[in-house]
Amino acid sequence: MAARIITITSGKGGVGKTTTTANLAVALALLGKRIVAIDADIGLRNLDVVMGLENRVVYDLVDVVEGRCRLRQAMIRDKRLAELYLLPAAQTRDKTAVNPAQMVDICYQLRPDFDFVLIDSPAGIEQGFQNAVAGADEIIIVTTPEVSAVRDADRIIGLIEAGEKGPARLVINRIKPEMVRRGDMLDVSDVLEILRIDLLGVVPEDEHIIVSTNKGTPVAHEASLPAAQAFRNIARRITGEDVPFMIIEPSDKLIDRLRRLIGPQRKGSE
Amino acid sequence: MFRKMLGKESVGSKDIAKERLRLVLIHDRTDISPVMLQALKADLIAVISEHLDIDQSGIEITITEGRDHSRLMATIPILGRRVKP
Repeated sequence: MAARIITITSGKGGVGKTTTTANLAVALALLGKRIVAIDADIGLRNLDVVMGLENRVVYDLVDVVEGRCRLRQAMIRDKRLAELYLLPAAQTRDKTAVNPAQMVDICYQLRPDFDFVLIDSPAGIEQGFQNAVAGADEIIIVTTPEVSAVRDADRIIGLIEAGEKGPARLVINRIKPEMVRRGDMLDVSDVLEILRIDLLGVVPEDEHIIVSTNKGTPVAHEASLPAAQAFRNIARRITGEDVPFMIIEPSDKLIDRLRRLIGPQRKGSE
Repeated sequence: MFRKMLGKESVGSKDIAKERLRLVLIHDRTDISPVMLQALKADLIAVISEHLDIDQSGIEITITEGRDHSRLMATIPILGRRVKP
């Protein structure tokens, strides 16, 4: 069996690429899949801290590429999930230390032994992005319901269409139901209407994400939390299961339910 | 504002966001800048004015997106004359 190689990208920074990568890696591993998560953000390594593996980093992506270690030596096994590995980015090196052909080669080496390789792309559309998408079979674009993030997502969609990758699918992150209800936030249908790509998932804003990042335990471990459920649903959709979308619409009942789930929200903040 | 206070259909900022995004993406996707569109409008006015009396303040030049192509739409009101059948 050969791994599917999926790159998570966004254009804009800070929309939740790394969080999404870590949580999908955990959620897929919880489904019994064999996973490697690759941090392709060279110079700005972060997937290791989000996954809680920063203390175990010995070698990194650049060490592999430059032949200082074997691929397997650089891969860190997750603390909780035996079939989940992290290949960390280099922290202090030159961003151009890796090229697209080398990324393709790493993906090629991983393909036989895993079910999924998830690549966390850096923000932007420069070489780091090109590296991250070079070996990908599929692309997941993460955006938030904000003008700048949606605009950048549109730019990325254009670049991916030109690069003949499989159709990109969209994750809309950090939806705030209360703001959607007030008409102060783009909703799922607005974003889809603008970007015109397939929806893979919707993740509500959830303070637990910050708590889980503080601890280095991706929220997907805690099945009861709304964001965890959202990531688990996305993972199941990735494996081909037909899972209904968490529709977060301005309908009062549902909103109240979600609000209770998400916890108290301060009005007028942000 | 009052509408909002009365709890009636309040216009949230998302409609503004959507409209701004729609416009900026048309320019991003087609590489036609707002400046270029203004220049085009000025040229159109000049050419058409040689033949017809037009209402310059009522001119609308927009780009709409179809499935395969973008379309340049110009609405140019003609003054004075009625078109005879």
